[in-house]
Amino acid sequence: MTREDILQPQNLVYSKPRLMNDTGMHYCPGCSHGVVHKLIAEIIDEMHLQEKTIGICPVGCAVFAYRYLDVDWLEAAHGRAPAVATACKRLWPDRLVFTYQGDGDLACIGACETIHALNRGEKITVIFINNAIYGMTGGQMAPTTPLGMKTSTCPYGRQAELHGYPLNITDMAATLPGTAYVSRQSVHSVAAINKTKRALRHAFENAMSGKGSNLVEVLSTCSAGWKKTPVEANRWMEENIFKLYRLGDLKDQ
Amino acid sequence: MKDNEYVLLKGNEAIAHAAIRCGCDGFFGYPITPQSEILETLSLLKPWETTGMVVLQAESEVAAINMLYGGGGSGKRVMTTSSSPGVALMQEGMSYMAVCEIPALIVNVQRGGPGLGTIQPSQSDYLQATVGGGNGDYQTIVLAPASVQEMADFVDLAFQLAFRWRNPAMILSDGVIGQMMEKVVLPPQRPRRTEEEIARECPWAVNGHGVGRRKPNIMTSLELDPAIMEERNLRLQEKYLRIRQSEVRCETYLCDDADIVLTAFGSVARICKEAVGNLRRQGVKAGLLRPITLWPFPEKEIAALAGRARAIMVAEMNAGQMVRDVRAAVEGRTPVHFYGRMGGMVPSPQEIEDQVKLHLKEINLI
Repeated sequence: MTREDILQPQNLVYSKPRLMNDTGMHYCPGCSHGVVHKLIAEIIDEMHLQEKTIGICPVGCAVFAYRYLDVDWLEAAHGRAPAVATACKRLWPDRLVFTYQGDGDLACIGACETIHALNRGEKITVIFINNAIYGMTGGQMAPTTPLGMKTSTCPYGRQAELHGYPLNITDMAATLPGTAYVSRQSVHSVAAINKTKRALRHAFENAMSGKGSNLVEVLSTCSAGWKKTPVEANRWMEENIFKLYRLGDLKDQ
Repeated sequence: MKDNEYVLLKGNEAIAHAAIRCGCDGFFGYPITPQSEILETLSLLKPWETTGMVVLQAESEVAAINMLYGGGGSGKRVMTTSSSPGVALMQEGMSYMAVCEIPALIVNVQRGGPGLGTIQPSQSDYLQATVGGGNGDYQTIVLAPASVQEMADFVDLAFQLAFRWRNPAMILSDGVIGQMMEKVVLPPQRPRRTEEEIARECPWAVNGHGVGRRKPNIMTSLELDPAIMEERNLRLQEKYLRIRQSEVRCETYLCDDADIVLTAFGSVARICKEAVGNLRRQGVKAGLLRPITLWPFPEKEIAALAGRARAIMVAEMNAGQMVRDVRAAVEGRTPVHFYGRMGGMVPSPQEIEDQVKLHLKEINLI
């Protein structure tokens, strides 16, 4: 059997999502961003919302998200994506408006905007990529860094007395009356990727039907920042991060 | 209230009424004295039930300016209002909007600083407004109203300028104009633009309209290639030059034969106008040049007067901020004097007159 014999439409079980641009990616090997980008591209296409989508990218590794998905994008200042999204959705109520933010952006510098946009019940989806460090700037401690984890700004391990405690902002968000759907997922296995896709689709549908604000956290690996191979990083996440941040739906109204 | 009818309003209230009437799509603000009446008036008028205008009390000035980034970036006519400490918090957002060429209106009803300062009127944010308080080389179009009527009129003018040049525009007012009541004619009610009108006027806007048939619209201030970033900066500078060449606005009053020309903006210009009238009655040849656009600054108009008048006196409610621009325009051809009061101390016409006489005595003109 030749390569040409195999490459027949009936044999295709996987293809690049239509809304993923044909461009080189800047993400490191083993990074979770690419998987989540792919899921978003698939869902927007499946929901026929390309012409109705406004994406808001963060400051951090995903600052270049606008290079990869074939929709309109606004790149927000550090932490301010939920405020930008608030105005877009209020002024364009029939649009799919989502933010895509890391843990430094969402849970630290943008904690105020995150909590208030979610609690106002803005009809948006906040996608929260939590890899427990600042990836882009070289692996510094984030509000989500577990106690004991070594980073470039807590090289002896995070200590509560010195650095304070990890912030579980997603559990906090689940207590807010404005949130309709709050979920924590991961993309470290095929099963987990499928669950994340279901969660993102549910969040987008909620936002489009005006059900309130939606937060989907995706626990993610950062092989480069964690100084681990992609396989080690997945294992380390399962052993250490999943203990601290419980997977699954935290709220679904 | 009917069209073309005089009503009695505070400057702050006039801003709110004018915003609704000129078809503003969204207001995002945070309470701060002395401008809270703007958000209060809008909340009372409920424009979301009539024109569909969005009114939202933000969680902070930082959030409010980023709501403008989103709203203006998606092609809508959006505005915020605040006062000095709040506007200081907005500077980062304004820098981002300037480089992304996002049109929007920011109103600063100034109070005294630095820090929390005082809630009384001041003009001490002139440099922040005209030089750019955020990072990078950028400019904001700045209008300085001197009456409640101009508070109302400049809302639509600022939106027009903002969209004509794809640039943030500011109304730099102060607590005097914001709080005082005057009769004012409000503009007639205009409808907000439809999605198709926005698509025609703002093909650059990030709102999804037409994507798939066109390339996605992407707004970002980030560019890692320094050569491309320099090109982008030079293009902005070229735009700023065209704005300087075509959008200068100023008012001159009795300047033609004046021995001394007063230069002042906003509320202080009104005080100076009163002083000029009093001085003329005493036989003193005084005039007034009032910059209406603080950026672009009326350099040529001031330079022309500098050749004729024997002295120029700049009066401001700050430690001497606009006087730098006046001196730069005059280029040493005429002595430029400064009189300033700070942090809520509003000068009286008498104080201005006394200063004028002092300077004219120095050159034996009285």
